[in-house]
Amino acid sequence: MPPILELRGITKRFPGVLANDHIDLTLNQGEIHALLGENGAGKSTLMNVLYGLYHPDEGEILVRGNPIRMTGPRDAIAQGIGMVHQHFMLIPVFTVTENVMLGDESITNGVVLDRKKVAREIRELSTKYGLEVNPDLYIKDLSVGVQQRVEIIKLLYRKADILILDEPTAVLTPQEADDLFQVLRNLKARGNSIIFITHKLREVLELADRITVLRLGKVVGSADPQSATSAELARMMVGRSVILSVDKEPAQPKAVTLAVQDLVVRDERQNIAVNGVSFQVHAGEVLGIAGVQGNGQTELAQALTGLRKVESGQVTILGEDTTHANPRKISELRVAHVPEDRQADGLVLNFPVEDNLVLNEYYRPPFAKGIVMNFDAIQTAAEERVREFDVRTPSIFVNAGNLSGGNQQKVIVAREFSRDIALLIASQPTRGLDVGSIEYIHKRIIEKRDAGVAVLLVSNELDEIMSLSDRVAVMFKGEIIDTVNAAETTKEALGLLMAGVHEPGASPQPQTPNAQAETLDEIA
Amino acid sequence: MFGMVATSVAHKTADFAQRRRWIVGGVIVVVGLLALWFFAIQVPADELSKYRFSGGGDAVQLPVVELPTAATNWILSLLLIGFGVYHLVRGLTNSAVLFGVIAFLLLAIFLTWSIRGASLNLTGLMESTLIRSIPFLLGALSGIMCERSGIINIAIEGMMLTAAFVSVIVGALTGNLWIALVAGVLSGALIAGVHAVFSIQFKVDQIISGTVINIFAVGLTNFLNLRWLTTNQELNNSGVFAKVPIPFLADIPVLGTILFNQIALVYIALILMFAVNFLLYKTRWGLRTRAVGEHPKAADTLGVNVFKIRYVNVILAGMLAALGGAFLTLGSVGRFDKLMTNGRGFIALAAMIFGNWNPFGSFGASLLFGFMDSLQLKLQILTSVIPSEILLMAPYLATMIVLAGVVGRVRPPAAEGIPYEKQ
Repeated sequence: MPPILELRGITKRFPGVLANDHIDLTLNQGEIHALLGENGAGKSTLMNVLYGLYHPDEGEILVRGNPIRMTGPRDAIAQGIGMVHQHFMLIPVFTVTENVMLGDESITNGVVLDRKKVAREIRELSTKYGLEVNPDLYIKDLSVGVQQRVEIIKLLYRKADILILDEPTAVLTPQEADDLFQVLRNLKARGNSIIFITHKLREVLELADRITVLRLGKVVGSADPQSATSAELARMMVGRSVILSVDKEPAQPKAVTLAVQDLVVRDERQNIAVNGVSFQVHAGEVLGIAGVQGNGQTELAQALTGLRKVESGQVTILGEDTTHANPRKISELRVAHVPEDRQADGLVLNFPVEDNLVLNEYYRPPFAKGIVMNFDAIQTAAEERVREFDVRTPSIFVNAGNLSGGNQQKVIVAREFSRDIALLIASQPTRGLDVGSIEYIHKRIIEKRDAGVAVLLVSNELDEIMSLSDRVAVMFKGEIIDTVNAAETTKEALGLLMAGVHEPGASPQPQTPNAQAETLDEIA
Repeated sequence: MFGMVATSVAHKTADFAQRRRWIVGGVIVVVGLLALWFFAIQVPADELSKYRFSGGGDAVQLPVVELPTAATNWILSLLLIGFGVYHLVRGLTNSAVLFGVIAFLLLAIFLTWSIRGASLNLTGLMESTLIRSIPFLLGALSGIMCERSGIINIAIEGMMLTAAFVSVIVGALTGNLWIALVAGVLSGALIAGVHAVFSIQFKVDQIISGTVINIFAVGLTNFLNLRWLTTNQELNNSGVFAKVPIPFLADIPVLGTILFNQIALVYIALILMFAVNFLLYKTRWGLRTRAVGEHPKAADTLGVNVFKIRYVNVILAGMLAALGGAFLTLGSVGRFDKLMTNGRGFIALAAMIFGNWNPFGSFGASLLFGFMDSLQLKLQILTSVIPSEILLMAPYLATMIVLAGVVGRVRPPAAEGIPYEKQ
């Protein structure tokens, strides 16, 4: 029996980039095949080729042994191929039913949409596969985990039996991820075949039947999850040995640098996003803010850095009240900010790298004298920073927008870390970055901590929080529901807190520092 | 501790709402007092305001309602003040009710004062309100079709103007109003096609594309009007559609006059309103249109052809706007005057926004603007106190007030104005 899906010699070129270089891949009926690789390794390109969104320059696709030609998603859907995209393809103001039926609508009386019939089918699918969802609710009212179930139901409604999931766990809590894995095993047991794209090693080892590793657009190897180890897989992905855990000494906390008291912040829709939050960050420690995306962390970081209006409460940095201070005032108090949205808030994409490297200091000597810029000084500093922080760019005159995500982030880190700072506020500092860049940025953050900087780390990645933080505050629905010592907690305990489950009596199982280090390699 | 914080937050929010209530309530009371002073106390006690409900030629003559101006406005003003006090003390949560009651009372006071010593045919006012709202409705439907698929349409004005021009000339040449109508509609489709190619194919900024079309339509119609129509007056006379009374229904007093004794275009526009609503919310095409306007990429990954949906919707939108333009000539005066749309396309746009991109809501807004438009005409005849130039501004003032009040409460389609790029 031929494999249900076979890719032969798929090659896809973009201007200046060879995204896929003669990739061969097979998927057997009823298996979960993990596609592992760093960002930019070509995983998503390959899957977009398979889903008909890109046309390959070379190579062929065989479904159930028959070569097929795809001109768009419609052809892929017709072949039983379905894809859950990394960024969900759901329409927030539509109901679950409307989202599921879109493009493949049931019709009565010749023209009228048959919402009832589709809702009934959704209920059937949801019982059959354990994907609990109410078809009449609007997507905007659903949690991310439920939205993902809707995405999977969309595929099953279209009778897809080859399922592609692109980085499906990036937005989930650990518990939601476990639920997802259960659903995927269930799907597999019913004969569906699944391609699972990820860069998280733990997930691959836990879930996959086979592993294929991509690097720089090429298949660099495959592995058997029964015998492979995290270290081996990481080496295959990156092409060199990677130190997966962060080496750090216990923190030496000193005076309070940042004090937040009863902070209340509203979001764009005037809803309360941060609801009476209080905490302190000491010099020489990392306070991690954990939480599922959308629980107020974004607004908290924006309020602290002066990018968002504070409704009530007080923020004190180094003894100065900065509750209503503007960003420049805060920056001049020696506060560095690595913003969550690096392209919108961290860089001016249409400016060259050299200008981006001095955005926080361009108006001060040595970069300016009065209203006159000193371009020589800016160039010298930029060259130096690019060298020191290993920013891979053809030159400092290239626009920041042309760099890869990892290098853009390095530009920001270089700018923010290159001056004397007392407080570092880092939001999602490694989101979307590859293992190598993550390793580098983590090392830099710990260096700053050891140099006596107070660090506030906001991250949705639990692994990142666990490996960098000395203390962890968990945000849920705008409030800090608990603050725990990082060395004395577990991922599971934090996961429960992130889901809003808080049992004051139940203290988490303390772990030895060694056991702690074990979990750290999941950064990859 | 968190409980305490939460209470203080709730307290703060309540504070804010209460302050707002006091301000709004206070303003209502002050306005009520002003109305009392100017429109009741200052009016001589023996003056009368007469409201009529039947025209001179109507078969059934309804009695004329004679009201003492001062006494009526005393009562209405006191009602307004009482309403403001009630809001101050108890607070009304439904802002639509609040807005509606205030608007109604103020209008009634103002109208009663304006017609003191004279009479006003209310049925006639309602009829002309409906007629004058039709171009707004058709323009708003055009905006809805276009913008629901994600393409901003500020070219409604230009489409209307072009269609008004084309339909007059074709009407004069062929002598057939229906052919003239079809020609006008096709000209709208053509202009919309240009907008579609600009904004979908070449990804030109949609506001700029729309503005260019508006300027182009003004320039072209002015030029052709000057070169041809002023010298060949016979070309600028299409004739107008005759009224089509609907049997039996047209004989109902008041309602029949307003609704069932109109030209065919009025019926067509009202049917189109239901049709667009049905299309948007009940059909496959509508679901896909809204999906494309909200999240085109999601639609694309499900095999929906984003470009096709947008092209068709923009061109249909052009046809709807063109109907509104042809209504201004074939439906009312039968001749073209330069710049005769006079900003109606933009008021239609405001009606669309006010109606939250919904056909029925937009019709409500169109009626409001149509009412201001016809009221302004009646008052010009009735009063000499307010200069007619000020009265002429009424529809535009109403637009501004409405938009200022409604902004932030409506939600445009999420992908509006963003050209879709396939990867």
